Parts: sequence; structure tokens; C-alpha cells
Amino acid sequence: MAEFTDPPVVPPTGLDYAPAPESRSVVDLQPSYGLFIDGAFTEGSDGRTFKTVNPATEEVLAEVTEATEADVDLAVDAARRAFAGWSRMPGRERAKYLYRIARILAERSRELAVLESLDNGKPIRESRDVDIPLVSQWFFYYAGWADKLSYAGLGANPRPLGVAAQVIPWNFPLLMLSWKIAPALAAGNTVVLKPAETTPLTALLFAEICQQADLPPGVVNIVTGAGTTGQTLVSHPGVDKVAFTGSTDVGRQIARAVAGTNKRLTLELGGKAANIVFEDAPMDQAIEGIVSGIFFNQGHVCCAGSRLLVQENVYDEVMERLKRRMATLRVGDPLDKNTDIGAINSREQLERITELADAGDAEGAERWSPPCELPSSGFWYAPTVFTGVTQAHRIAREEIFGPVLSVLSFRTPDEAVAKANNTPYGLSAGVWTDKGSRILAIADRLRAGVVWANTFNKFDPASPFGGYKESGYGREGGRQGLAAYLQEGETA
Amino acid sequence: MSRLDVRKTYKLYIGGSFPRSESGHTYEVLDTEGRFLANAAKASRKDGRDAVGAARKAFGGWSARTPYNRGQILYRVAEMIEGRHDQFTSDVVSAEGLSTQQASKVVDAAVDRWVWYAGWADKLAQVTGNANQVAGPYFNLSSPEPTGVVVAVAPQDDSLLGLVSVLAPVIVSGNTAVVVTSYARPLPAVTLSEVLATSDVPGGVVNILTADAADVAPWLAGHLDVNGLDLTGVDDASLATDLEAEAAVNLKRVVRPSRPDWAAEPSLSRMTAFLETKTVWHPVGV
Repeated sequence: MAEFTDPPVVPPTGLDYAPAPESRSVVDLQPSYGLFIDGAFTEGSDGRTFKTVNPATEEVLAEVTEATEADVDLAVDAARRAFAGWSRMPGRERAKYLYRIARILAERSRELAVLESLDNGKPIRESRDVDIPLVSQWFFYYAGWADKLSYAGLGANPRPLGVAAQVIPWNFPLLMLSWKIAPALAAGNTVVLKPAETTPLTALLFAEICQQADLPPGVVNIVTGAGTTGQTLVSHPGVDKVAFTGSTDVGRQIARAVAGTNKRLTLELGGKAANIVFEDAPMDQAIEGIVSGIFFNQGHVCCAGSRLLVQENVYDEVMERLKRRMATLRVGDPLDKNTDIGAINSREQLERITELADAGDAEGAERWSPPCELPSSGFWYAPTVFTGVTQAHRIAREEIFGPVLSVLSFRTPDEAVAKANNTPYGLSAGVWTDKGSRILAIADRLRAGVVWANTFNKFDPASPFGGYKESGYGREGGRQGLAAYLQEGETA
Repeated sequence: MSRLDVRKTYKLYIGGSFPRSESGHTYEVLDTEGRFLANAAKASRKDGRDAVGAARKAFGGWSARTPYNRGQILYRVAEMIEGRHDQFTSDVVSAEGLSTQQASKVVDAAVDRWVWYAGWADKLAQVTGNANQVAGPYFNLSSPEPTGVVVAVAPQDDSLLGLVSVLAPVIVSGNTAVVVTSYARPLPAVTLSEVLATSDVPGGVVNILTADAADVAPWLAGHLDVNGLDLTGVDDASLATDLEAEAAVNLKRVVRPSRPDWAAEPSLSRMTAFLETKTVWHPVGV
């Protein structure tokens, strides 16, 4: 121990940046938004609305319509009517619509990025450089599949499923929309999508993009609302496929609800990923990987590296360096281009994070946060690391979905694997070591759908994403993601 | 005086052993004419739990075998079925009421089916996995891995061909299995368990329960150490719905009931239903 002699952690001085806010003027917010059904914006059937706020300021951004059962009926009917034409359209024509959408998304990317950061609270650096470019890329990638379905691995004549009911979360609002809609449409399905209650705005702007692309009415329908609307949608008898991204608890309810039906189901649920750092890890990259693993998007990431497993003999070094790096993270205005950590998406989520982190204190783990001043309005949580965490602690078992890292240690590779797999989840994992054979051996033994070796939190439309065990089933991305919207055709 | 034959005691197959049901219960198995054939062990909830425990214990070793080795072992099973061709034929005649000639064809098909699946062991990853062309300097590879412990309710009518057609695709990829046999026609499954026990299939990889699915399947569907549930042989729609709903407790992968034409060549779907795609990323650089 104690051989590592870097200076103790101090708050960054002389590193203050002048504010560099991205302009909001690129976004033209309407005071209220309707539902997007059958190619047009319509008012809800009973006039109920809810407000969506900027989580960084608590300012109301817009009033949004709460879709009722009758509205969901209309949307599913519209999707059903559109299905015949859309599914029979030659794949190369469907492809062109999707390419158009990809191009318009890229054209309007700055507007979408600003709107995403306003409604979600994520730093503009992330919405601008990660979310929105991936959204456009996702449509571009799946556009190319639309006329190649017989290569999807489901025989020579695969068929679309029909109407897909899709419910998405608030952490990557438009990105999750693209993960859902792009493969569904490429395969010839039509969709009814419900964005999250707290982040509906980019989905509604996407509806406008569908209009600009002249997408046939009813192929994409967007219904806004809260959990009840989502429940109505996924249990609607007129849908053939349900795709959900969100919590494991809700995923379980949906799996129960579709039992005994012919609906196909894919679920992308929670995670509690282990990020394993071995003694021979490339340390600079590992520290960056730990930081991006847990603090990317305020930790509102189902595949976040929320359990750091560090080999004992480098534990002190890793913790010193990690704390030093955390002290340089800038928390604040999501629209500021220098911001690393934005706002927590909602008061409810802030309360959940606070409650779980407090349980960490109560159960005896040791909390550390860098000195950082949080804005006085809005929802904020300082980047936090817990040490002295045991596998029994709630903060080691439950998904916090916030900027809170739990650190455990291990001695041997076997112990690392056992601890990493000691969870009902199995979405992702990280491995840091310079030894190639160790990477392959550990990656082999980790029960997780995505393993990032010497990197973390990388996403690509060509790369299948999804979990083992209670992290859900089915994959999004790649050929596997396309197959989730197809069935084997009749053999000739 | 003609010689009195020595009859077989039909038992369960759990963890490589042949126990009676811990409950002590048996039930009468009749042929299609209603004549007594045997008393089969009637598996209980606890037998189900024991079977899951054995399957979990076997999973690490079986899934870590090289695919070539798994393929060889499964091929060996086909050899053993072929070697007991007459016994299986007579089992199928009594179970399904077929002529000897028809039953013999069923056994042929079961052997061929098993060989077909055995050959997949070291080809699945090439066909269902792939390198992914991501937009950046990363090695990115998706490979199939077995889901874990899978419970399969075997078809009720096709007591041999249906059984091997649901079992082989589960284990070829490295899963381990707990099979609930046809309730009324369990004897070919018991003979198959004797084949498995002499084919280098490690104990616990396949566990065979002669039972009424309505008795044991609910416990298995709700078992937290089971990862997959194949309901192919559940004919009662409301039971199937209950089992699928129960399986949601830990998000088991579920195959819904169906009555396919077992004589037709299968697709990959019974294998892919119990495969997980694992995607590994690594930076590329010097």
C-alpha cells in the first residue's frame, strides 16, 4: 500500500470554465402537443393533458396530451389499416422512406439535440455527439435491411409480425425510439409507440419528421401518456408484438400480460453491471472507462457500470485516481457545452436515487463525492462513489439508475467472475486488463449480453444489445434486432 | 413351462441416477387398447426441484465442453438409440398404437433427428453469430451462448419423435434440461433415459420426469433457477397460459405450445429459442 504518492484529492482550482451555453433558439416549442395518429396530430378524446418540465430548471416546457383507451384504439386501428400497404410495399421502397427519415434526422440534429437536453436534462455534449447521431445512424442502418429480409436468418420468406406496440423509457428518449421504430418498419411492421411521460417532446418532433418524409399515414403512431397509457397499449388485443424498454418490474408485468396470447415480446430491462479492473489494466483508460461507465447520462443507463470490481493490489491506486478524476467533473446546465453531468430526469428519480444512496450509508458503506456546487432549482445529484460495499448491500444489488458507483474488491479472476455474475441481472459487463487471453476467458464466463473489454458504454446499430436473465430477452441492433420483428414464412 | 419374463421397473432419471419418485407415487400406463403396460413413477414437486438442482449443477461443465465434444456425445446418443431400435419400436407400438412397420419408421426418424441436431453443436455459432461492422475502431463479435436450465414439456402424442425433437435442440448448445414426458405415453422417454445414461452424456444434463405436467410444471415454471420453459407439449390452453405467466417471475424464455409436423425438417428456432447473444467489444489499435 501507500506506494502511490500522488497528491491528495483537491477541488480543481483554475479549472473554471466560462459558461458556453448552446442556444435554445433552434427549438420552436409549441405550448401544447396532440397525439400523432394516422399521420396527423389530433387532440385526445377527453382533453386530459400533462406537463413536461425541464428537469434542470423545473420550467414547464409544454402541455402534452394524455392518451386514453379510446385514443389507443384509434392509434392501433390506424396502424392495422396501414399494415397491409406497408408490409406489401417492396422492401426497396420501404428502405427509401427510412433513408429519408435518417437524412432529415441528421439535418435537424442540432434542434433535436437541444430539445432532448431540455426535456431530459442530459448534457448537450452527449445529446449532440452520442444520442442524435446514433438515432440517424440507426435509421440509416435498418433502411438497408428493408430489401434484404431473406438474409435475416429466418428462412427465404420471412414475414413481418403486424402492429408493434412499443413503450420506451426516458433515459435516451429519441435513441430508444430509433431502436424500436427503425427495425420494426424495415421489417414491414407498423407501430404505435408511447414515449416516456417525462420526455415526450423529441418523439413528437419525430412525428413531424415522419410527415416531412411523407411516410404513409398510420405506419408510425405516437401516443403520449403515463404508465396507464402504456399498459393499455401493450395489452391491446389488436397488437401482434410488444417491445418494451424499462424496469424489470414492469417487464415482468408485461410478460404476464401477454401470456396466453399470440403476441411476440422483447424486453430490455434493468441491469447492475460489473466493471472489472484487473491489476494489469491500462490504468488511464480504465479510469476514463469507470467514469463514463457510471456517470455517462447521469448514470441513467440500464447498462451502466454501477458495480466496480477492483483487484485488491491496485485498489488504492484506482480509488485515488478515480476520485481525482471525479473532482474534475462539471455538474450543471445541460445546455452548457462544458457540462459533464446534467440534471436528474425527474423529482421521482431523484428521490429514488437519494433513498437508495441513503440505504448505502445506513448499511455501512462509505460515501464520497467531490466538492461540487449544485444548482438551486431543478433536480441534481452529485457524482457519488461508495466504498466498503458488500455484495449484500442494497447499493450492490439494486439498480440505482443515477450517478452512484458501488466499489467492491476481489483477489482472483474466479472471485471476480463469481461476484460479477452474482446478480439476477445480466445486461452488460466491463473487463479491464492488458492480457488478451484473460479478456477472452473472463468475457466467456460473464453471463451478460454485452461485454465491453477495455472500453465501456459503446453502442452501434450493427451491434446487438440486450440481456441475459432478468435483464430481459431479445436483442436490439444488428441482424438479431431485425429478427425480433420477423417470423419464419411458409416454406415453399 | 414357458419362462416368465423379467419386467422392468420404470423410474425417473435425475442427475444420472434412476430414482423412484420421492413421493412414492406411481401411475398406471396403458397401451392404446387400454391394456396395462407398467407402473410409471409419478414425479412430484420435490422430484422437480431435485431435477432442477441436478441440471444447474451440470450446466457449468456441459456448457464449457467444446462444441465438437458435445456433438460427439450427442452423436453417440443416436448410435445408442439405433442399437436399441427394436426396443424403441416396441415402446412406440404400445404407446402410440402404430404398426411395427410404422413405429420402426418413427424410430428411424428419431435417430436421424438426433443426428441432425448433433451436427449443429459446432456450427451454431457460425450460423447465428457474427462479426458486427460497427462505425469505429472496435473488434465486435456476437456469439450464441446457452440460456441455462431449460424445462421442456414433451409432446403428449408423439412420445419418441416429439420428445427427441424438443430435447436435442435444448442440449446441443450447452443448456441442461428437465423434461416432463408425455403423461399417458411415458415409456419411450424412460428407455431414452437408459440410452442417455450409457452415452457419455454427463449426469444432470438431461433429467426425465414421468409426470402429469399439470402437477409439476407449475412448480418448475415458477422456479427461480430455471431460465427457459418449452411448453410445446402442454395441450391445455389455460394451463399453458398460467405457466407462461408464472414464468415471468424471472423472465424465463418461453416457447409456446404447438403441434408441429414432427416428421418435417426443423428450422433453427428450437435451438435459438434457448440461446443468448453475447456481444463483445474491444478497441482496435497499436
